[in-house]
Amino acid sequence: MAEHAPAPVKPPFWNDPQIRAILFQAIALVVTVAFGLYVFDNTQANLRRLGIASGFGFLSSPSGFDIIQSLIPYSPTSSYGRVFWVALLNTLLVSALGIVLATALGFVIGIARLSKNWLISRLALAYIETFRNIPLLLQIFFWYFAVLRVMPAPGQSLDLGKIVFPKLGLEEIAFLNIRGLYLPAPEFQTGFGWVLAAFGIAVALTVLLARWARRRQKATGQQFPLFSVSLALLLGLPLLTFWLAGSPLAWQVPKLQGFNFQGGLVVIPEMASLLLALTLYTATFIAEIVRAGIQAVSHGQTEASLSLGLSSSLTLRLIILPQALRVIIPPLTNQYLNLTKNSSLAAAIGYPDLVSAFAGTVLNQTGQAIECIAITMAVYLTISLLISLMMNWYNRRVALVER
Amino acid sequence: MAESRVPHASLPPPASTIGVVGWLRRNLFSSPLNIVLTLLAVYLLFVTLPPLLRWAFLDASWRGDDREACRSGGACWVFIRVHFEQFMYGFYPDGQRWRVNAAVLLLILGAAPLFMRAVSSKFKIRLGLGLLIGYPFVAFALLKGGMIGLPVVDTSQWGGLLLTLVIAGVGMTAALPLGVLLALGRRSRMPAIQTLCVTFIEFWRGVPLITVLFMSSVMLPLFLPVGMNFDKLLRALIGVTLFQGAYMAEVVRGGLQAIPKGQFEAAAALGLGYWKTMGLIVLPQALKLVIPGIVNTFIALFKDTSLVLIIGLFDLMNIVHNATTNPAWLGFSTEGYVFAALVYWLFCFGMSRYSQNLEKHLHTGHKR
Repeated sequence: MAEHAPAPVKPPFWNDPQIRAILFQAIALVVTVAFGLYVFDNTQANLRRLGIASGFGFLSSPSGFDIIQSLIPYSPTSSYGRVFWVALLNTLLVSALGIVLATALGFVIGIARLSKNWLISRLALAYIETFRNIPLLLQIFFWYFAVLRVMPAPGQSLDLGKIVFPKLGLEEIAFLNIRGLYLPAPEFQTGFGWVLAAFGIAVALTVLLARWARRRQKATGQQFPLFSVSLALLLGLPLLTFWLAGSPLAWQVPKLQGFNFQGGLVVIPEMASLLLALTLYTATFIAEIVRAGIQAVSHGQTEASLSLGLSSSLTLRLIILPQALRVIIPPLTNQYLNLTKNSSLAAAIGYPDLVSAFAGTVLNQTGQAIECIAITMAVYLTISLLISLMMNWYNRRVALVER
Repeated sequence: MAESRVPHASLPPPASTIGVVGWLRRNLFSSPLNIVLTLLAVYLLFVTLPPLLRWAFLDASWRGDDREACRSGGACWVFIRVHFEQFMYGFYPDGQRWRVNAAVLLLILGAAPLFMRAVSSKFKIRLGLGLLIGYPFVAFALLKGGMIGLPVVDTSQWGGLLLTLVIAGVGMTAALPLGVLLALGRRSRMPAIQTLCVTFIEFWRGVPLITVLFMSSVMLPLFLPVGMNFDKLLRALIGVTLFQGAYMAEVVRGGLQAIPKGQFEAAAALGLGYWKTMGLIVLPQALKLVIPGIVNTFIALFKDTSLVLIIGLFDLMNIVHNATTNPAWLGFSTEGYVFAALVYWLFCFGMSRYSQNLEKHLHTGHKR
C-alpha cells in the first residue's frame, strides 16, 4: 500500500505532442514553400523560352476585336482593359437578372411543392427532379442550339404577342428570331426625373412611417396598417406624379426595316439561352431550399400563434417567415454564388462574359495566360468573399440567441 | 337478467370522404383556390403532354440507317441509333471495344456483393477497399493497353459515356479522400496546417470550375519543367479532383463538427492516438451523418464532367454536340440533347435515390 507509483517516464522527444506539432507544421510549410518556388522557377524558365514578357502592360494596348454585347461604349480600338470592364459588366448583368428570376421562380415552385393540391405538388416535384439532374451546360446548349438557333430569319419573325396572348391587342410589339428577342424599349422623356424623385420621397416616407409605427406600437400597443399604407405610398405617389407630369414615358417598338429590326430592346440569343438555363436550373435548388426552410418551422409555432389570436396572414408574416428565412437565407446565398460562378459557362456559347471575352479571347490574342487567368480568378474570388462576408454578417444578426 | 347493451354498428363514413371521390375532394378540390389551380394544371398538361408524346413516340422514326428514314415529322431516334456506339465509346477503335465492356462488367461483378444484404460487412469493407485501390489499375491497364498483348489505345481516343464515367469515377474516388484530409486539416489545432487547408479550400470554392479547367489547360504546362507534358485527360482529372475535393472537405467538416466532444474525450481516455481516434471513432460517425452531402457532391461532380468540353475532350456531352453539327445529320440537335439529358438524368437520379436508401439503411439512431 505504501509503495509509491514509479515516477512517470518522460516520453522521448519524438513522442511529445508539442514537439510533434511544431515538426509537422514545419514540414508542411517547407514543402509548400519549396513547391511554390519550384513552380515559380519552372514558370520563369517557360516564359523565357516562349518569349512572353509578364506584366500587366498589355491591358492598355488596343484589342482589335468587337464584342456583341456591351453595356458601356466599346469599339475595336478600345484597350484590353476596357474589354475587362465590358466583360465584367456582362457577367454581373446576367448574374443579377438570373438571381432575380431564379428567386421568383424558386419561391413559387417551393411553395407549390408544399401545396395541399396533389396535382400541383406533383408537377412541382416533376419539374425539380427533371431540371436538377441534367447538367447546366447541356441545358444551355439545348436552349441555344436546339431552340434559339433554329428560329426563323428576321423576315419571318415570331410575333410573341400574337402567339402567347392572342386577341389582347399585343400584336407587333415583341418578336423572336434568330438574331434574338426584340422587345419594346422604354424612352424616358423630360419630366421622368420627377417620377423618380417622387419614388425616392415615397421610400423615405415609408421608412419614417415604419419607425413611427413601431414606436407608437411600443408605447401604446396600437397597430398601424403599415403594409397597405406603404404599398399605396410607394405605388401611388410615383403614379400620381407620372400623371401630373403628362406621362413622360414612351415605348419604342422594334420595326422590321430591310433585313433586320430597328429600335427596341434586343436580347441576344446567347444571353437569352444562358439566362433561361441558369434560371430554370438554379430555381430547382432554390425551391428545395424554400421547402426545407418552411418545413423546418415546427407546426406547433403555427398552432401557438393561432391560439394567441393572430390571423393566418399575421402568423405567416410574424411567426413562420422570420423563422423560415433564418434557415433559408444561408443556402440561398450559396445558390446565388453558384449562379454567378455558373454564368461563366457562357464561354461555351460565346456570350461575352468574363471567362469568354477576357480569359478566352484576350488570352488567346495576347498569350498572357497567367495574368488573364489570375485577374479572372481574382474577380470571382472577390465576389465570393464579399457575398460570404455579407452572409456571415446576416447570420450573426439573425442567429438564435441561446442560453 | 341484465340488459346487455350492444352498441350499434358504426355507420360507414360519408361516401364523399372515402374512395376516389374522397381522395379527389381532399387533394384536388378542397377549396376554391385549389379548384382553380387544379383546372389550370390540367389545362397545362392538356396543352403540353399530347404534342410531346406524339413527337417522342407516336410520330417518331425508329428504323432506318440515314436521315431519309426521318420523314414522319416526329423525333428522329434513328439519329441516336446510328450514333449510339459513338456516344458510348467515343473514338475507341472498333475492334477493341470489348475491352471497355469487359472493364464495366468487371466493375459490376466486383461491386455486386457490396449491394447485397446477405454479405457480411467485414467482407464488404475489404472488398470495397480492394476495389478502390485495385480496380483503377486493372481498368487503366485494360483501357489503355500496352500490356499483355493488348494494343495501346491513347486516351485521346477515349470518349463518349466511357470518358464521362472515367472522369466521374476517378474524380469521386480521389475527391473523397482528399476532402477528408482537408477537412481534418481544417479542424486541426496546428495553426500552420489549418491556414494552409483553409486557404486551399476557399480558393477552389471561390472560383468557377471552368476557370480551373482553363488554368489546367493553359497554365499547368507553364508550371512544369521544360519538356515535361501531361496528358490532356490527366490535366482535366487533376482540375476536377482538386475542385470537388474542396467542396467535399466542407461537407465532411460539417459532419466532423456534429460529433459531440465526448466522443473525442472517450477515445483519448481509451488511449487512442489521433489517427485511431479519427479512423475508428470520429470519421465513421461523421461520414454516415453527411451521406446526403457526399452524394450531392458526387452528383454535382457527375454533372460537372460535361465541362471538359471546354478544353476539347470528347465526353458524352461533347460527342453528342459534335454529332449534331455533322452536316449529314443537321437538324436533329433536339434528339441528341434529349438523349444525352436522359443518360445524365438516369445516373444522377439513380445516385440520389440510392443515397436515400442508404441513409435509411444506415440509420441506426432515433428516427424523428
